[in-house]
Amino acid sequence: MNVSMTINGEAVSREVEARTLLVHFIREDLDLTGTKIGCDTSQCGACTIHVNGKIAKACTLLAAQADGADITTIEGLAENGEHHPMQTAFWENHGLQCGYCTPGMIMASAAFVRDNPGASEDDIRHYLEGNICRCTGYHNIVKAVKQVADAAAGGA
Amino acid sequence: MSTRIFGSGIKRREDPRLITGEARYTDDIKLQGALHMAVVRSPYAHARIVSIDSSAAAGLPGVRAIFTGSDIDLAGLPTAWLIPDSDLKTPEHPALASDVVRYVGDGVAIVLADSRYQAQDAADAVMVDYEELPVVVDPHEAAQAGAPQLHADVEGNIAFRWVMGDREAADAVFAAADVVVSERILQQRLLPTAMEPRAASAQYNAATGELTLWCTSQNPHIHRFIVSAVTGLPENKVRVIAPEVGGGFGSKIPCYPDEALVSWAAMKLGVPIRWAETRSENYLTTIHGRDHVQFVDMAASNDGKILGVRATVYAGMGAYLSTAAPGIPTILHGLLYVGPYTIDNVFCESIGVMTNATPTDAYRGAGRPEATFLLERMMDKVAGALDMDPVALRRQNLIPPFADGYEVATTLIYDSGDYEAAFDKALAMAGYDDFRAQQAQALQEGRYLGIGVTAYTEMCGLGPSQVAGAVGFQGGLWESATVRVTPTGKVQALIGASPHGQGSETTLAQIISSELGFPVDDIEVIHGDTTETPMGWGTYGSRTTPVTGAALAQASRKLKEKARVLAAHLMEANPDDIEYADGSFSVKGSPDQAQSIQDVTLMAHLAWNMPEGMDPGFEESQFYDPPNFVYPFGTHIAIVEVDPVTGSIDLQRYIAVDDCGPQINPEIVAGQIHGGVVQGVAQALCEGVIYDDNGQLLTGTMLDYCMPKADMFPNFELGETVTPSPHHPVGVKGVGETGTIASTPTVYNAVLDALSPLGVAQIDMPLTAAKVWQAIQNANGGN
Repeated sequence: MNVSMTINGEAVSREVEARTLLVHFIREDLDLTGTKIGCDTSQCGACTIHVNGKIAKACTLLAAQADGADITTIEGLAENGEHHPMQTAFWENHGLQCGYCTPGMIMASAAFVRDNPGASEDDIRHYLEGNICRCTGYHNIVKAVKQVADAAAGGA
Repeated sequence: MSTRIFGSGIKRREDPRLITGEARYTDDIKLQGALHMAVVRSPYAHARIVSIDSSAAAGLPGVRAIFTGSDIDLAGLPTAWLIPDSDLKTPEHPALASDVVRYVGDGVAIVLADSRYQAQDAADAVMVDYEELPVVVDPHEAAQAGAPQLHADVEGNIAFRWVMGDREAADAVFAAADVVVSERILQQRLLPTAMEPRAASAQYNAATGELTLWCTSQNPHIHRFIVSAVTGLPENKVRVIAPEVGGGFGSKIPCYPDEALVSWAAMKLGVPIRWAETRSENYLTTIHGRDHVQFVDMAASNDGKILGVRATVYAGMGAYLSTAAPGIPTILHGLLYVGPYTIDNVFCESIGVMTNATPTDAYRGAGRPEATFLLERMMDKVAGALDMDPVALRRQNLIPPFADGYEVATTLIYDSGDYEAAFDKALAMAGYDDFRAQQAQALQEGRYLGIGVTAYTEMCGLGPSQVAGAVGFQGGLWESATVRVTPTGKVQALIGASPHGQGSETTLAQIISSELGFPVDDIEVIHGDTTETPMGWGTYGSRTTPVTGAALAQASRKLKEKARVLAAHLMEANPDDIEYADGSFSVKGSPDQAQSIQDVTLMAHLAWNMPEGMDPGFEESQFYDPPNFVYPFGTHIAIVEVDPVTGSIDLQRYIAVDDCGPQINPEIVAGQIHGGVVQGVAQALCEGVIYDDNGQLLTGTMLDYCMPKADMFPNFELGETVTPSPHHPVGVKGVGETGTIASTPTVYNAVLDALSPLGVAQIDMPLTAAKVWQAIQNANGGN
C-alpha cells in the first residue's frame, strides 16, 4: 500500500507492506536512523517522535496509521541549524552517555516542557517514566529537562 | 589553558552526533543488497532435537536460504578464561545446536531473507520436533546428586570448583571465634539491558578473502580474534568494526553465536547479512549477570574485631560457558573478600554450575558486587549480633591509610587508600548521628526509617598481563595507543580499547591536551575499528581511563620530549634551557623567543632542519601494561522509609563519596556514579530474572522485568576524596563500576535497618513491596 506523510518538513511517499511499523518505515525506508528501537513492548521510549505535534512511540503505530500525518523526528528538531534548547541542555548537563535513549528522551522532554513550562522535578521524573535510560541514572537528564522547563517559565 | 583541562568538567566531544540522531550504531548501517538473518530459537529449556522441517518456511516470500546446525562448519565458541587448579570443564558450545538444546533461546537454525519481517515469518514457520528433557535452573539444585545433567562431559553439572584460602585454617578461626553469623544470600540473576540490543552485520569479499563484521562490541580486537578462530579466516583478513555502541555493561564483551553466524552466512552466500536482536531475544540470549547462591559466614570477637569470612558459592553459569564466565565468580569475586577491612582469614569455594538457563558472564562490577554485598551484609549482621553500631564496627576494622601498597589476606596488593577519610565525609554529609535520633523519633510515630552504610574498595583497571596469565585469562590486559599529529597540529589518537558511552573521547583527549598542550578541540580519539586502531583488549573492568589513559599519557610525554629537543634546535638553544608552558616552548631567560607545539609539529613534518639523529614526523605509539590493578574506594549511604502497610520503599537520600584518584572530568565521573548507583539500587529493589520450573523466562520483556525509572530516585548527593594511585602515570583509578558495587548492599541494609523493629531479618532480593509486606506479615505472625 502507499503511505504519504510529511517528515521533518518534507513530503514523502512510499509503497509499504500494510503491516509495516512506523518506526521501521522511518528507519529502513527513509533511512532516518536517529529514531531508535530499544524494546518490543513500548516501554523504553527510544522511538519517541512527534506526530502532529504530540509525542508518540513509533513502535506502537503502523506506517499506515500515520498516513497524512506531520511527523518530526530527532533529525528535524533543530531549527535553522541551531540545536533545540532541549538538545543544548542535554549536552550542557551531561544528560547522556551511550546516546541510544537520547533521541527519544529529547523528543519526549521537548514536547513535555513545551506543554508544561515550569514543570517541577517531581513532574519531570514522573513524566519520564515512559523513557528508559540505562546509563545516566536519570540524574543529569532530569537536570537538563528542569533547566529548559525553568527557562520556558521565564525563570533562571 | 592546557594544564587546567585536566580536572575540568567540559562538555563531551561525543555529544553533537548523539543529540542530533546522526550517530550510526550497528543496525543503522545499511549494506547494499543485504539479506536479513533471523534465528530459529528453542522454546524449550532442555530438549533433544528430533527433526527440523524447513520446507514450508523455504517456500515463503523473500526467503533465500535456511541452514541448520549440521549445515554450519564453524568451530564451537571458545571459553577464554580458563581458571587454573579448578578442574575446569569447557563443554562444546556450537553456534547452532544440532542434537540437544539447553536453554530457551538456544539457536537451532537460521533464515536469510530479503526483509526483516520475511526472515522472522520464515523462522516462525520452521517446524522443529523436540523431545523434552528434564530441566534445572537453580544453581544450587543443579549441583545436587540426581539433578538433570546438561553435558555428558561435565559430571554433576560442575564446570569448576575454585578454592581460595585454607579451609582448615579458616574453620579453626571460626571454631574459636566469639561470634559467628551466617546467611544464605541469593544474588539473583539480572538482565544487563544495554539500551541498544545486540546487532551484527557482515560482508565478505571473495576476491580478497576479507570479512568485515560490524557488531555491538566492547572489544573489537577480541571479537576479531574469536571470529577468526571460529570461522577459520586468518586474523588479518577479518576486520571488526564496533561503530557507535549503545551501552554494554559487560554484555557486549562475549562473542556470541549470532556474530559467528552472520559472518558464516555472508561468506557462504556472498552477500552482506544483517541481524539485530529484538529486546525479547536480548533477554533470552544475551548474557545475564550474577546468579549466585551463597552460604556465607563471618566471625568476630566480642569487642568487634572481624576475624574471618568464609563462603561457599554456587554460581550459575547457564547452559554454556560464556567467553569470560569462569573468571567472574572466582578471580573477580573471592579476591575481594576483605574489602577495606583488616580481615586476616578468608576462604572461598566457588562452584560453577551448568543450568538450563541463559549463559551468565560479566555484568557491571562482575563478581565484585557479589563480594561487596556479602561483606557488607555480614558486617551489619555482626553489628546486630554484638549490639554494636554498624558504623562503629566498620570504622574499627578499616585498613589505616596507606599511600603505596598494602597487601591483604587474599594476596592482592592494594595500591593506595584512605578509607576513613571517605567514610567520615559520607557520614558527615548524611548527618549520621542526627539521623539515628530522627529514626528513633519517627519510630515513635509509627514510621520506619532505615540507613545503610557501605565502605568498599574494589579492584579494577584490569590489569597486569602477567597476572592475567597466572589466573588463566586467555589474553593480555595491556592497551596500546598511537598519538598522531598532522602537519597542521591536529591530533588523532588511535586506541585499541572500545568505549561505548563512557565519554572516553573526551576524557582521553583531556589527558593528551594536558600532557602535550594541543587544545582539546583539536584532538580526535578514534576507536572501534580493528583495521584503523592498534591492538587493545577492550573496554570493561573500569580499565579504559587507567590503562589506555596511561598509554596516551606516555605517548604524549615521548612526543613532548621530541618537541622540546626540536624546539631547542630550532631556537639554537641547549635542550636543557628549554621551558614549557601552555603548549609553548621558550628559552630560559628570553621568553620572547618561543615555539608553539604547533610550530614544532609542522617543522617535524617538514624535516627541513632536524637535529642530528632525530626522525621526521610527529607520532608516537605506546604499549602500556599496568604494574598493578587500581583500587578505587569510598563510602555510600542510603536513607529509606518503608511503609509497613504496603511494604513499599521510598529511597529518600543517597550519598556517595568515591575516591578514584584525580578526576579528569568530574562531570563524567559523576555520570558514571549516578548510572552505576541506579543499576545497583535496582538490583536491591526491583530487578530480578524469574524462570519457572520448566526454564521458561517469565521476565522476558521490559513489561515483565523491572527496569529502574526516573521516579524511583532522589537527586544523588556526591562527594569525593582524592588519593592518587602511586603506580599510574597520572594517578587515576577506574570509576565505571564503583556505583554498582557499593549501592546494592547500601540500600538493602537500609531497608533491613528500617524493618528491624518489626523483627524482619532477611528477605531475598529484589525487595519488592510484595516481598517486604509478606516478610512483615511473617514476622508479625510470630507475635
